[in-house]
Amino acid sequence: MSRIDVALRDLRSLDDLARRDSPLTRLDARAQVITTLVFSVVVVSFDRYAVSALLPLALYPISLAALGDLPARPLLRKLAIAAPFALLVGLFNPLLDRAPLLTLGEFAIAGGWVSFASIMLRFALTVGSALVLIAGTGMHELCAALGRLGVPGVFTAQLLFLFRYSFVLGGEASSMMTAYELRSGGRRPGVNDYGRLAGHLLLRAFERAQRIHRAMIARGFDGELRSATSRIWTRRDTVFVLGWCAFFLVVRWVNIPQWLGQAVTGQLP
Amino acid sequence: MSHHYVEVRRVTYAYPDATLALRDVSFRIEHGEAVGIVGANGAGKSTLLLHLNGLLTPTEGSVVIGDIPVAAETREQIHRSVGFVFQDADDQLFMPTVLDDVAFGPMNMGLSQAEARARAQAALDLVDAAQLATRAPYRLSGGEKRSAAIAGVLAMSPSILVLDEPSAGLDPAARRRLIALLCSFSHTRIIATHDLDLVLDVCKRVLVLHGGRLLADGAPRDIFNDTELLASCHLEAPLSWQRRS
Amino acid sequence: MWALSGLALAYSARRVEAQARDYTAPLMGVLGAFVFAAQMINFSIPATGSSGHLGGGLLLSVLLGPHAALIVIASVLTVQALFFADGGLLALGANIFNLGVLPCFVAYPLIYRAIASAGASDSRVVAATLAAAVAGLLLGSLGVVLQTVASGITSLSFSSFVTLMVPIHLAIGIVEGLATSALLLFIRRARPDLLDRAAAPRTFAARFRPLFVSLAVAAAVTAGMLSWFASTQPDGLEWSVDRAAGIAGVTAPGPGVHGWLARVQEGTSFLPDYDFATKAHASDGAAEPAWPNVSAGTSVAGLTGGGITLALVWLVAWLIRRRHQIESRRKAE
Repeated sequence: MSRIDVALRDLRSLDDLARRDSPLTRLDARAQVITTLVFSVVVVSFDRYAVSALLPLALYPISLAALGDLPARPLLRKLAIAAPFALLVGLFNPLLDRAPLLTLGEFAIAGGWVSFASIMLRFALTVGSALVLIAGTGMHELCAALGRLGVPGVFTAQLLFLFRYSFVLGGEASSMMTAYELRSGGRRPGVNDYGRLAGHLLLRAFERAQRIHRAMIARGFDGELRSATSRIWTRRDTVFVLGWCAFFLVVRWVNIPQWLGQAVTGQLP
Repeated sequence: MSHHYVEVRRVTYAYPDATLALRDVSFRIEHGEAVGIVGANGAGKSTLLLHLNGLLTPTEGSVVIGDIPVAAETREQIHRSVGFVFQDADDQLFMPTVLDDVAFGPMNMGLSQAEARARAQAALDLVDAAQLATRAPYRLSGGEKRSAAIAGVLAMSPSILVLDEPSAGLDPAARRRLIALLCSFSHTRIIATHDLDLVLDVCKRVLVLHGGRLLADGAPRDIFNDTELLASCHLEAPLSWQRRS
Repeated sequence: MWALSGLALAYSARRVEAQARDYTAPLMGVLGAFVFAAQMINFSIPATGSSGHLGGGLLLSVLLGPHAALIVIASVLTVQALFFADGGLLALGANIFNLGVLPCFVAYPLIYRAIASAGASDSRVVAATLAAAVAGLLLGSLGVVLQTVASGITSLSFSSFVTLMVPIHLAIGIVEGLATSALLLFIRRARPDLLDRAAAPRTFAARFRPLFVSLAVAAAVTAGMLSWFASTQPDGLEWSVDRAAGIAGVTAPGPGVHGWLARVQEGTSFLPDYDFATKAHASDGAAEPAWPNVSAGTSVAGLTGGGITLALVWLVAWLIRRRHQIESRRKAE
C-alpha cells in the first residue's frame, strides 16, 4: 500500500472507532475537547525534569481508551510511528546534559536522561490523549463541538470538507502515482513531472469544487452549513469535565508517585 | 404543484471561448412525463440539464418552469421545484453523515431540526436506504451513494427530477433497483443517459441531441428503430434489442 | 504560539466570511484535501539524491489569497496533528504560525506579490516563488533563533546559531519553491483564469494592508516569542523546529542539528548557573553539589511511587475493560 493509502486507512479507521456506541462516545464531544485541552496544558506545565510526577496523568488517556473499548495495538502503533519526532528532539539531551540528577544506589542518572524521559512521556501523553479524543468523538462530532465552543464556522466547515474530500483526492492521487510508477520503473518523479502530476490533480480539484458548489446551490445553500442533529449536554458530561480537571490539578500540585513511594519505602523527604 | 411543465424556448448556449454547446433547442415537457435525453458524449446533454434549474443561463432563449421563468431572482423557487441529481454522487454528498446530507436541503429551506430529520428519514425510506442514515458518505458503495443522493433531492419535495447519468457505475443489482425506483415516482423525470435500456424501461419519450441540436423528439420505439438517425448521432439501438450473435 | 496563531486564524476567518465568493467553501476544502494528498507525493530534487514534498502555504496563498490560505493550511495541520500524531496538539500552534502565518501573511504579500504581479513572465513567477518560499522559511528559522537567544542560555552566539540554521532552512525553502513554482507554472498554462482568484487590491490603503498586517505580525512575533518562552512551553518550539525541517522531507543531518541546538537550550535553561552544561560537559560527569532538590532518598521514593502509579493505572483500565466484556457478553445472551 502506498503512503497515501495508509494515511487514508488511518483516517478512516480512527473515525470508524468513533462511530461505535460506547460510554466514551456517549459523552458530549464538547466535554472531551475541553478536558483534553486542560490535560494538554497541565502536561506541558510541568518542569523539564518531571517524570514520575507525570505518570498519574496517564490515567486519563488509558482509562478513556478502556471506556471506549479502543483496540490498544493500533493506537500504540500510531504512537510508535510518531515517536521518532520526539526521539529526534530529545535524543541529544543525554549527550549534553550529563550531570547526574538522580542516584539509585550505585547508579548516577544524568539530568539529560531524565529530561529525555520527560519529553517522551509528555509526547506519549499528549498524543495519546489526542488520539483518544478523535476515537471518542469522530470528525463530525468534533467539528460540531468546536463550533459550539466558539471556533468560527469557516474553520469547522473547512475541517469537515477537508476530511470528506481527502478520501476522494487521496484516492485520485494514489491511482495517479501507481500509474506513474508503473511506467517509470518505480522511480520518483522529478520536479517537472511532479508539477504536471500534481498539477492535473489540482485542476481536477478545482473542477470538483465547482461541481460541489453547484450541487450545494441546487439544494438551497445560502452560505451557512447547518446540522440536523445536535447533542444535549448532560450532567454526566459536567461530572466528567469537573472530575478530570480536578484530578489534573491535584496531580499537578502533588507528586503522587513520590508520596506513594515514600509511604511504601518508609523514606522521609 | 400540478402544472409544473418544463418549457425550453430556443435555447442557445455558448462557452466562454465562444464554442456553441447548445443551438436553438426547444421542447416542452408536461407534468409527470418521464423523458430520456440521449446523445453522444459532448452532444450537450449535461449542459442542457444545467439550464433546467438555473445553474447555467442561456446565451439566447429562455427556460420556464411552470409559469416561472428561470432567472437569478427566481432561483430559490426553481431549486425547490427542480431536484437535480448529479453525475458524480461524491460531488453531492458532502456532509459528514448521510442523514445530515439528506437533511441539507430541508435545513436550508428553514425547517427545524426535527422536521428536517423527519423529512430526511422519509426520503431515505423512499429510496430504501434507511439503514444508511448514520453512515459516512465516503464509506458507501456506488449504488448506495446514488440512492443517498436521490434521497437528498427527494427530501426537498420537488415536482421535477433531473438526473444526469444516474445508472453510470452501478452494478446490475443497483441499476435494477434504480430503474424500479424511477418507475415508481410520479414526478416529472428528465434523465440524461447513455443507458438506452434504462430509457426503454423508464421513459415514454426521448430527445436526441447531437452537436448541441435537438435532432429528434418522440417515442422510444420510434427513435430506436430509426437506424439512420442513431448512426448519424453516434448512437446504437438499446443492447436488449440487438440480436445476440 | 497558540495565542498568536489563534488570533491570526480568527482574523482570517472573519475576512474570509466577509469577502467569500460563492464557491469559496468547497474550494477551500477541496484544495485542503489536495495539499494533504500532495504532501504525500515525493519528488526527487535535481542534483541531490534526496526527495522533497510540498508544504503548501505559499501555493494556497497564490490560489486563494492569504486569509483563506491560512485557514486551509491550519486545517491540514490540525487533521495531521489529530490523526497522525505529528507532534501532537502542543505543536499545532507553533506549526500554524511557522507554516501558515509566515508564508501567508509575510512571504506571500511582501515578496511574492512584489516580484510577480499579474501577467508576469514565467521566470518571474519562478523567481518570486523561490524567493518567497526561502524567505518564509528563513523567517521561521529567525524566529527560532530569536527565541532561543532570548531565553538567554545558548553557549552559541547569535551569529553562529544563525549560520547553522540558515543553510538548512535555505534548502527547505528551495524545495518548497521548486514544488510550488512547478505547480504554478502548470496552472498558468492550463487554466490561467484560476490564478486571478486572489484579487489584487486596488486602493492605496488596501494595497498596503498586507504590509501593515505583516509588520504587526512581525512585531507581535518578537514580543510573543519572548513572552511565550517565559511560560514553560518549550515543546511547541521543538516540534515546530522539527516540523519545519521534517516537512520538506530533506534527508540531511539538518533536523539533528536543530534538535541539538534546541537541546542545548533545553538542557541548560533550568539550571541556576548557565555555564553548568558546558562545565559538566568538560568535566565529564562530575556532580555539581549545588544542584538543589534531589537526593538519593527522594529518587528512590519517586521511582517506586512511579511504578505503583503505573500499576494502579493499568489496574483501572483493566477493570473497565472487564466490565465492558461482561456487559457485552450479557447483551449477546
